[in-house]
Amino acid sequence: MSARIFVPADSSALAVGAEAVARAIAKEARARGLAVEIVRNGSRGMVWLEPLVEVETPQGRIGYGQVSAGDAPALFDAGFLQGGEHPARLGKVEDLDWMARQQRLTFARCGVIDPLSLEDYRAHGGFDGLKRALAMAPAEVVEEVVDSGLRGRGGAGFPTGIKWRTVAGAEADRKYVVCNADEGDSGTFADRMLMEGDPFTLIEGMTIAGLATGATKGFVYIRSEYPHAFRAMQRAIDAARAGGWLGADVAGSGRAFDMEARLGAGAYVCGEETSLLESLEGRRGQVRAKPPLPAVQGLFGKPTVINNVLSLASVPWILAHGAKAYADFGMGRSRGTQPFQIAGNVKRGGLVELAFGVTIRELVEDFGGGTASGRKLRAVQVGGPLGAYFPEALLDTPLDYEAMLAAKGMLGHGGLVAFDDSVDLAKQARFAMQFCAIESCGKCTPCRIGSTRGVEVIDKIVAGVARDKNRELLLDLCDAMTDGSLCALGGLTPMPVLSALTHFSEDFERKAPARQAAEQVRP
Amino acid sequence: MGQDTQAPLSFDEGRALEIIGGLAHLEGAMLPILHALQDAFGHIDARMVPLVASALNVSRADAHGAVSFYHDFRDAPAGRHVLRICRAESCQSMGCERLVEHLRHTHRLTPGETTADGALTLENVYCLGQCALSPAALVDGEPVGRLDEKRLDALLGQLKGARA
Ligand SMILES: Cc1cc2nc3c(=O)[nH]c(=O)nc-3n(C[C@H](O)[C@H](O)[C@H](O)COP(=O)(O)O)c2cc1C
Ligand code: SF4
Ligand code: FES
Ligand code: FES
Repeated sequence: MSARIFVPADSSALAVGAEAVARAIAKEARARGLAVEIVRNGSRGMVWLEPLVEVETPQGRIGYGQVSAGDAPALFDAGFLQGGEHPARLGKVEDLDWMARQQRLTFARCGVIDPLSLEDYRAHGGFDGLKRALAMAPAEVVEEVVDSGLRGRGGAGFPTGIKWRTVAGAEADRKYVVCNADEGDSGTFADRMLMEGDPFTLIEGMTIAGLATGATKGFVYIRSEYPHAFRAMQRAIDAARAGGWLGADVAGSGRAFDMEARLGAGAYVCGEETSLLESLEGRRGQVRAKPPLPAVQGLFGKPTVINNVLSLASVPWILAHGAKAYADFGMGRSRGTQPFQIAGNVKRGGLVELAFGVTIRELVEDFGGGTASGRKLRAVQVGGPLGAYFPEALLDTPLDYEAMLAAKGMLGHGGLVAFDDSVDLAKQARFAMQFCAIESCGKCTPCRIGSTRGVEVIDKIVAGVARDKNRELLLDLCDAMTDGSLCALGGLTPMPVLSALTHFSEDFERKAPARQAAEQVRP
Repeated sequence: MGQDTQAPLSFDEGRALEIIGGLAHLEGAMLPILHALQDAFGHIDARMVPLVASALNVSRADAHGAVSFYHDFRDAPAGRHVLRICRAESCQSMGCERLVEHLRHTHRLTPGETTADGALTLENVYCLGQCALSPAALVDGEPVGRLDEKRLDALLGQLKGARA
């Protein structure tokens, strides 16, 4: 029997040399006349350890972290195929603190299996949810999702089951399931990691959504910045169809569901659901006014379920294990687990799936290990470019939808970006406005013009020009954007800006650079 | 579009029509067609737009509107290599702005521009989903993470080598 070695093909692993590592291991094995099977798995989410090579042994899977291609001969010399001792050896991967402390439901298989092997998928509980759904009436499936308490993981936190109920109840000759894989938020990568590491879970979730609501066609809209995820989804869809899990007769049930992966074209606003639908239909990604809701009139005017990758990928677990088992995780009105993403200036960045209620500090300090730079942690932006910057004093805020709102922030897609004390929050506030100006779809004046004005006003404040007056102006501008924008791009851009102003006002009150320089030359 | 219609086409019209015809049956075929055209020709020539419009039965204005809305579609070819550097928050927290300055000063590269010899285009991008490896970039579609000045210099050296 040949030894099984796992070298991730997740794009994060590739970004730090996993391809060369896989080649070097294969070459070294050949040279030594050893039979090995190299599985290209997804990522375990311990991105800081990539490339993380694992070897299957009788004791379990043994990991070797941050392996480089040059390490291959030494690894073989150390007997790594039997889990031998080597400086890169981490021990049993499942027992590592980072893994053992998680509650991995949605990501249970990610990094474990071969992402494109249906056999591997089934051996790890894949399609159990779909099989149960096929044995239930569609309305029962919808109620199961309602009872699980699952809320949309794309940012708005709307109850997924309720959305499905509307689509199920709509009469139409054709309905759609659209998966929002636009994942534009900085600091987030869970959708990408799932699509690259366990794409069948998303396919299964979308198929269940189709069966529950009467939709027969699905689209996954993937941002073009994710070429690897796009290819992984395309291959997985083809494999699922070839295996009889998609098509006119899903798993021999006589019921139809099929899907396609589609590529976005570099527009942040296309993550907004109505803009995404416009884009899928082939138009400019301009936001539509609601109502009508997509659930009533969505893609091509037909009733459409539109959900984030993580919402849909949570459904197979819920169906397989029951709504109650899922709802047992979490706090308050945030039920289940959230794949959090720890990013930015941290020692250990990656993905951690935990029940709602964990605090920002636990993630950034315990899991993340503090700043990568070793300097003092100063701010954590939670929830992407439209999310608030949290100061040290608020790091014990629990991550759940309501607690975040109460702290004038939002959970968004669950991304956390840490900054050390070299950060200038006035600059970050300016960037928030600038990003809104770059990405605005152009439909509303407060968003399109207000954001550009916002950049100018912040520049004036920083330059020390009529500070009080311009501060007032900035607050008014934020009000206008909050109240007068059609979608959350314009509507929430004030959130990072106001959090910076509130918690880090000193950054807006520094001596203006020109004056500071002038003072320095004076004795 | 202000273009001289008498000028010879810079692309093979037959091939463009073949690409368009091969995808026009898709639901919402516009973006798949535009991506395929750009993949084949490196850009979307203004004179491809009427071909797409007529195949999809939409007005030229609508087709042009779609092309112009999306950051991805170029109206002129990029350099032989494309470096897309992330400028979003996570990469900011790890010093991407310093790297952009380095590219500007040491390599005379400016975001949004192509070098005079057509070798390299530098572009801004806002998040690549590599935020646990910030600062990150895409080099000809392949992700690179944990960038610093040295790694960037090495990458640019390799790209130059690849072209020699
Ligand atoms: C500017 C903007 C960008 C958005 N980007 C995304 C995104 O990248 N992914 C996503 O799932 N939802 C995104 N959303 C939220 C979607 O509009 C929508 O709420 C979501 O797709 C619904 O799915 P869910 O209920 O499963 O979260 C965005 C919203 C706005 C206003
Ligand atoms: S708020 Fe901005 S992005 Fe949203 S619809 Fe208005 S202009 Fe478009
Ligand atoms: S212009 Fe009508 S809502 Fe903004
Ligand atoms: S912010 Fe740069 S990769 Fe996400």
